[in-house]
Formats: sequence, structure tokens, C-alpha cells
Amino acid sequence: MSEILVLVDHVDGAVRKPTYELLTIARRLGEPSAVFLGSADAAAQVVEKVKGYGAEKVYVVDDAQIRGYLVAPKAEALQQLVEKAAPAAVLISSSYEGKEIAGRLAIKIGSGLITDAVDVQAGDGGPVTTQSVFAGNYTVTARVTKGTPIITVKPNAATPEAAAGAGAVEEFAAEISEAAKKAQIVAAQPRQATGRPELTEAAIVVSGGRGTGGDFEPIEGLADALGAAVGASRAAVDSGWMPHSFQVGQTGKTVSPQLYVANGISGAIQHRAGMQTSKTIVAVNKDDEAPIFELVDLGVVGDLHKVLPAATEQINQRKG
Amino acid sequence: MNIVVCVKYVPDATADRRFESDNTVDRVGVDGLLSELDEYAVEQALQIKEKAGDETTVTVLTVGPEKAVDAVRKALQMGADQGVHVVDEAIAGSDAVATSLVLAKAVEKAGAESPVDLVVCGMASTDGAMSVVPAMLAERLDLPQVTFASVIETQGDQVRIKRDGDTATEVIGGTMPLVLSVTDQTGEARYPSFKGIMAAKKKPLQTWSLAELGVEADQVGLSVAWSVVEETSARPPRTAGEIVTDEDGSGAKALTEFLAAKKFI
Repeated sequence: MSEILVLVDHVDGAVRKPTYELLTIARRLGEPSAVFLGSADAAAQVVEKVKGYGAEKVYVVDDAQIRGYLVAPKAEALQQLVEKAAPAAVLISSSYEGKEIAGRLAIKIGSGLITDAVDVQAGDGGPVTTQSVFAGNYTVTARVTKGTPIITVKPNAATPEAAAGAGAVEEFAAEISEAAKKAQIVAAQPRQATGRPELTEAAIVVSGGRGTGGDFEPIEGLADALGAAVGASRAAVDSGWMPHSFQVGQTGKTVSPQLYVANGISGAIQHRAGMQTSKTIVAVNKDDEAPIFELVDLGVVGDLHKVLPAATEQINQRKG
Repeated sequence: MNIVVCVKYVPDATADRRFESDNTVDRVGVDGLLSELDEYAVEQALQIKEKAGDETTVTVLTVGPEKAVDAVRKALQMGADQGVHVVDEAIAGSDAVATSLVLAKAVEKAGAESPVDLVVCGMASTDGAMSVVPAMLAERLDLPQVTFASVIETQGDQVRIKRDGDTATEVIGGTMPLVLSVTDQTGEARYPSFKGIMAAKKKPLQTWSLAELGVEADQVGLSVAWSVVEETSARPPRTAGEIVTDEDGSGAKALTEFLAAKKFI
């Protein structure tokens, strides 16, 4: 079986959920080798985690030299690793950073790139990906035809399945050029923890738009009753009611949860682009002609400020 | 300063976008326009020029079919100084890898007399939406990339941006020359004024072929794409859901029961 490189998605050594999804997908394609670009101090804890999802090997690349720089050094490190390990594919999560590393890597190693896969399966001519395009109106299957397939995968593309891997650690010293160190992270403010699941990873998302009038309490109340993440439409973000990191849509996050509850959101194409592939969609809106109702499994025509608090109370009672 | 803004002519997102029989995006049969997300790039380039003074030139560059020149014209109407349209039949069906090659060669040519200091891109196209061309372009030009900016500050050759990263809000710094990509958070793009529309007619607009860029026809196009679309299928329309009008709490009740029936509670 050939190696499949999985770039570990982490924050300061804390492994993020998409990593486990990538490892689960990697097992369909070959033998997963996790690649950890991070602090050597955190390596042991990362190895423990990824081993639990089938990583046979873990390449540890100490990032002491490249911490604080943007993606170019990471792409260089991966390039050298790909040349050494000759993997059958490279899987990276579809984050801003992940896609940029993938883009640079593709040019460096002369390989094809597919981004934002919502599914990846083994195929005769290499991995076959599924993507959702044109605001979710089309489904596309594709494959890389040149070089080592580089695939970035969206969160929630697979359900993480635990499996014991050998987790053999291999230190890898990458050589980073000076040219790669020209864009610097001057300051970073970690996002404040909300105590709720992360938007792109959540099984349930409750969102609010213009119809909230800026009052997100009903949205947050329902979200907490359901254990959901909170999202917002661009209108709500542009009005300054919610930070941009909450935005769902073309220029925000794309979510694909089991349940999406859109409240006071009309459902413009830009918003639909970010949520149309949700499994079940519910909307609450005063306007019975809002286009969002074309997408729903259940639509409630009514005032979200009345409907949501009442529903939240009933849900909390049922949970008893 | 020499600024090049890369823009894309895309099928209108509000139109009925579709694929051709060879699984490429239909770019001819569907109304197209300057990608909304590239308008922000043009806007930011113009603001940087306005701040830097008159020695700055903003060149708007596109790669695409005949009609793609409309995207360049729109940017000229907004205030860009000159336009370049790379058009060649061989380009049709190019993937991001090939597109970035053509763009890189065109940026090099645009900087033949006075080197390009800043390449500005939108955060993504509204059709392919891969968000990788700025990174690929930076890689090909061997430049740093400073991407997904929500706020941009320039001082001389220094660029500082703020961006909403994946897990943190970051401040990124770089020294020109570099590739910059901007999000819609940078602020509304200006509308072309009547004066701008009239002035645009007199602005230089060049058309370059692949040969002029030193790119071989067999380096681009569908047949040499490094990835291939095997199948496209329209998403089946969602079956019409149940619509309940809230009266005296019936909406909340319906919502709760629906969520319970679907086992979300």
C-alpha cells in the first residue's frame, strides 16, 4: 500500500477535527502518514491523537524556523517530504491556509490540485473527488491526471472513524529558503472561544440575518438548546451585529451540517452558496416569499423573535 | 508604483450557470461580468494609487474569451489606467494551474519596462471559487503572498493587512513586490461614474496572445489540464418542504416537533 500524506490541521499542537476526517479518507486510498508541522514539544500529543485514527507514520517537522511566516515555508517543507516519501496523494484541509499551501505545492511539484472536495473515494486512475459547485447547484466528480494528486477536503466530508495505527515517528528536517520567509505574521489574536462548536465543523448551525434586527439572543438561545454553532448572513455581518468569522456564504464559511436553521435570512445566492448542501434545512422568516423557503424541509412564516424563544423553551423542556 | 490587478470574467451567479458537454464551464452561452469579488481588488488598487500619488499606474489584467474584455472595461471605467486582455483559443478549458502560468507571464510582460510592485487579486472567483490562483501566481513569480486581507495599509513599499484567518485574526506584513488578495470586507467597490465611463473609452487596452507571452499552446487548455472533471450533474431540486404560518405559537410547536421527529433533540 502506498503512503497518503495528511497534513495535520492544528492550532499550537491542538489537533482539529478535520484532521481525523482526512485520516479516515486516507485509509480508503492507502496508508495514512500524518505530517505535523509544528512545535517539537507538541509532537508527542499529536502523535497520540493521529495514531488513534489510523496514522501508520507521523512525520514531525519542527517549525521553530518557520513559525510566524505565512504559507510559503510550509509548502516548501511539504514539497521536500513529497519528494522523499513519494506518496500516492496529499490530503489537506480546505481552510484558507490549507488551500494556499496546496496551491503553492501544486506548482512546486508539478501536480494537479482539486480543492473543496466533499467526498473522496479510491478509483482506478487515482482518487476520485466529489465537489459541490455553482452555489451547490451542481455536483462534480473529478480526478487529478498529473503528478501526485493534491486534494483539499472540506470539513464534514467524512465521519471520523477511529482505527489503531502504528504511529511510527519520523523526524524530518526541511530546508527552508529565505525567499519563503518574506510574508510575516506580525500579530495574531486567537478567536475567542464561544463554548459552542466551531462553525464549519458543527453538526447543527443556527444562523441569523437581517431579520434579527441585530438581536442575536433568540439565535444563540436556540443554538445552545440544540448544541449548535451560531452563524450569520452577510447582511448581519455588514451591519456590524456579528464578527465576520461567523459569516456563512460565498465570502464567509461554507457549512454542510446535518441541520441548518436560517432565521431572518432571505436566502440570496451568496448565502445559499454557503449552506445549500446542508442535509436538513429549516427557515424562519416573516416574509413568506423569501427565496430561502425554496430550500427548506420545514419553513415557518413568522416572527423569529416569537417563534425561536418559544421553540427554545419547548426544546429545553423536552430535554428535561 | 506599478500595480497589476488580476480580474476574471465569470458567468453571472444569478443566471442559470451550467456546464458544456466537455464538462467545462459555459462561458459563452451565459451572461458574464466582472467577478463581483474582483471589484474589491480593483477598488483597493485604486485606493492604494490614490494614496501613493500620480506616479502609480494600475493595470487591469484578464485572461479569458473575447467577451472577457468586458471585465477589463468595467475596471477601466472604475478608474484603472490601462487594460490587458490575454485571449487565445488555446486557453479554453485551462485549469487554475495553467491560468496561473498565463497570468504570471502576463504580469512579467506588464513589468518589462518598470517592474511590478504589487499584484492584487480578489479572494476567489465566483465560479470556480478555488481561491488558489493568488498563491499559485505568487509561487510562479517567486513572490511572497499576503492574502485574504480585510484591511490594507501601505506605506512606501511596506504592506500590512488584517485578515480573519481560519482560527485567529492576524496582522500580516510584507515588503513589495508581493501578491495581495483582498476580501469583500475591504469595503464597497465604487460604481463607474459617467465621467469614468467616458474616460475609459480612451484608455489603452492591449490584447496579448499566448505567443506574445512566450507560452506554448500545448502548455494550456483542457487537454493538458492537470485535473479532469469526469462528470457534472445538476443537484436534484429539493422536494418542496412543509410551510407553516405561525399563529398563536403554532410555528414554534411545528418547529419543535419537526426537530424531535428528525431526532435533533
